[in-house]
Amino acid sequence: MSDVPPVGVGAGVDSATPSQGPAGGPGAETSTGIEGRSPWVLAWQRLRHDRVAMISLVVICLIGLVAIIAPLFASVTGHPPNQQYRGPGALSPEGLPAHPSSAFWLGTDDLGRDILVRIAYGSRISLLVGVVATGMTVAIGVVVGLAAGYLGGIVDTVLARLVDVVLSVPFLLVAVALVSITGASLTITILVIGFFSWASVARIVRGQVLSLREREFVEAARSLGASDRRIMFVDVLPNVLAPVIVYATLLIPVVIVVQATLSFLGLGLPPPTADWGGMISESVQYYTVAWWFVFFPGAALLITTLAFNLFGDGVRDAFDPRTDRLIGQK
Amino acid sequence: MIRFLIRRVALGVLVMWLITVAVFGLFFVAPNNVARTLAGRQATPATIHLIEHRLGLDLPLWKQYTNFVGNALHGDLGFDYYHGVPVTQIIGQALPITLSLAIGAAVIWLLLGVFSGVLSAVRPRTFSDRSTTALALFFYSMPSFLLALLFLYFLYFRLTKAGFAIFPAGGYSGLTAGVGEWARHLILPWVALALLLAATYTRLTRGSMLDVLGEDYIRTARSKGLRERRVVLRHGLRSALTPVVTQFGIDLGQLVGGVVVTETVFSLPGLGKTAIDAINTQDLPVIIGIVIFASAAVVVANILVDIMYAVLDPRVRLH
Repeated sequence: MSDVPPVGVGAGVDSATPSQGPAGGPGAETSTGIEGRSPWVLAWQRLRHDRVAMISLVVICLIGLVAIIAPLFASVTGHPPNQQYRGPGALSPEGLPAHPSSAFWLGTDDLGRDILVRIAYGSRISLLVGVVATGMTVAIGVVVGLAAGYLGGIVDTVLARLVDVVLSVPFLLVAVALVSITGASLTITILVIGFFSWASVARIVRGQVLSLREREFVEAARSLGASDRRIMFVDVLPNVLAPVIVYATLLIPVVIVVQATLSFLGLGLPPPTADWGGMISESVQYYTVAWWFVFFPGAALLITTLAFNLFGDGVRDAFDPRTDRLIGQK
Repeated sequence: MIRFLIRRVALGVLVMWLITVAVFGLFFVAPNNVARTLAGRQATPATIHLIEHRLGLDLPLWKQYTNFVGNALHGDLGFDYYHGVPVTQIIGQALPITLSLAIGAAVIWLLLGVFSGVLSAVRPRTFSDRSTTALALFFYSMPSFLLALLFLYFLYFRLTKAGFAIFPAGGYSGLTAGVGEWARHLILPWVALALLLAATYTRLTRGSMLDVLGEDYIRTARSKGLRERRVVLRHGLRSALTPVVTQFGIDLGQLVGGVVVTETVFSLPGLGKTAIDAINTQDLPVIIGIVIFASAAVVVANILVDIMYAVLDPRVRLH
C-alpha cells in the first residue's frame, strides 16, 4: 500500500473564507486587477501540463466509457455477456475455449462465452467498487480523523487506538473469511473494503488537523461563536482535502485489485456475473491451453490499475511538487 | 526504552483482545449452522443437538468466548470440526511452509527494493533511473494473482514445453528432501511475491536516499576524501533506511494477504491456503485460529520493527 505523505496545502491561504473545493476549478475565482489563484487552480494547471497524468486520465475515461457502453459491445458482436455458445468457433472440438477469431474477437472462455463482451461488462464492477468503496473509505476516514484531531482528549485516544487496531488486522485474510460467512455480494465487498481501509485516511487527516486546529483562523471562528461541528467541517475540512484527494486517487487502484483478488479467491460476485477477478480465476485451469483466457482480462485489470496509479502520481505531484514521483518529465 | 516497550506491548495486547472479540463475534453471528451441516442431510434434531453439545455450541456466547480465550492462552485453539485435529497442530504443519515463503520473499524484496532504490538515487534522472521507476510502477500496479499466473504460464509452462523443465508447477518440497528441491519449488512464489512488494521500496529508498545525499554530513564525508561507495553505503544508506523500516512494518499485514494469494496459486499448503480451504468448508475453529495467529504475528512483528528503528537510527528516542 502506498504511503502518501501528508501534503500541506493550507499554508499561505486565507482559510477563514470557505475554500473553493475541487469543483472550483480554473476560472472559479475572477476578480479585477491581480488575480488570486487558489491552490486548486494551481494544482489543476500543473496537472494539465503533466503529459503522463493526462494520458492516464484519457485512458481512465475510456475505461469508464467502455463500462457505460458495455451493452453496445454485446449488440455489435451479437453476444450477450452470459450467453454460452456451442459448436465450432465458440468451443474447440474438445470442448475447450476457442481462439480469438472474427466471431469472437478476444476468444471464448471455458463455457463458450465471448471474452470481449465479458471484459466490457466486468469493467462496470471494477469501476463501481473502486469508486464507491474508495468514497466510503474516505468519508469514514475523514470524519474519524477530523473528530480525533480536532476534539482531542479521550475521543482522540480511543479513535487513535481503533486506527491502530484496524491497521494491524491482516486485511485480506479477515476479508476473505468475512465474505465467506456473509455470502458474496457487491454490497458486502464494498462494505468490507471500506471497513478495513479507512484507518490510513483517518491517520493522515488527524495529523493535519492536529496542527490546523492551533491556527489563527480556527481561533477566529471559535471567537465568532462557531460550533465545533461548523469549525470542523467548514473551516478545517477544506484544508485537509488536498492530501485526502491524493490518497483517494491512489486508493482506487488498490481497491480494484482487492475486489479482483476476492473474486479470484472465489468470493466475488456469484456466477454468471462477469467480473475481471472472477474471469481470471476461471481461467486458471485453462492457462496451458487458452492463453487469451488469462491474458485479456488480466490486461484489462492491469491497464486500469496502471492508469489510476499514474494519474494518482500526477495528482500528488500537482498538489505538492516537492514530492518524489515515479515517472514524468520534470 | 523499557517504558516504550511496556506501552507498545500493552497496545499489542489490546489489539489482540479486540481482534479476538471481533473475529469471534462475527463468526458466531454468522447464519450458517455448522452442527446441521456436519450432521448430514437426514439427521434427527437429537443428533444435531448432540453435535452442538459436543462442539460446545449450545453454551451461551460469552461462555464460548471466555472458554476460547482461556484455552488460546494455554496454547489450545480447539479442534477442527471435521477430523478433530487440534488447530495448533494444523497451524504447526502449515507454518514452516508459510515462513519459508514469507522470509524468502522478504529477503528478495528488501534486497531488490533497496538496491534498485539506491542505484536510482545515485544516478537520478538517468535512463536507468527512469526505467527502474517505470518497472517499479508496473509491478506496483500488478495484482498478485495475475503476476503469479503469468509466472506459471511463462516460467513453468512455456519453459517446460520448450524443454527446460526448471520450475515446477507448484507444490511444496520439505527441507528434508534437500535444500535444492526446497528452493526450486519456492523460487517462483518467492520472486512473484517479492516483485510486488519491492516496488514500494524502490520508490521509498530512492526518495529518502536523494534527501539524505543532500545533507551536510554527506558533503563532509566526501570532503574527508572517503570513497563514494563508502559515503553512499555507510553514511547515506543507514539513515535513509528509517522510512524503509517503517514501511516494512506496515507491509507485514499486506504480506499475509500476499501469502494467501501466492500459496493458493502455487498450491503451497501453508497457512494461507489452509485458511482458504477451511473457509470453503466453513471450518470455523481453523479459520479463527489462523486469523488470530496471523494477527498476533503481525502485532509482534510490528513491535520488533519499532525496536529496529532505534537500532538503525540513533537519533530516534523511543518513549
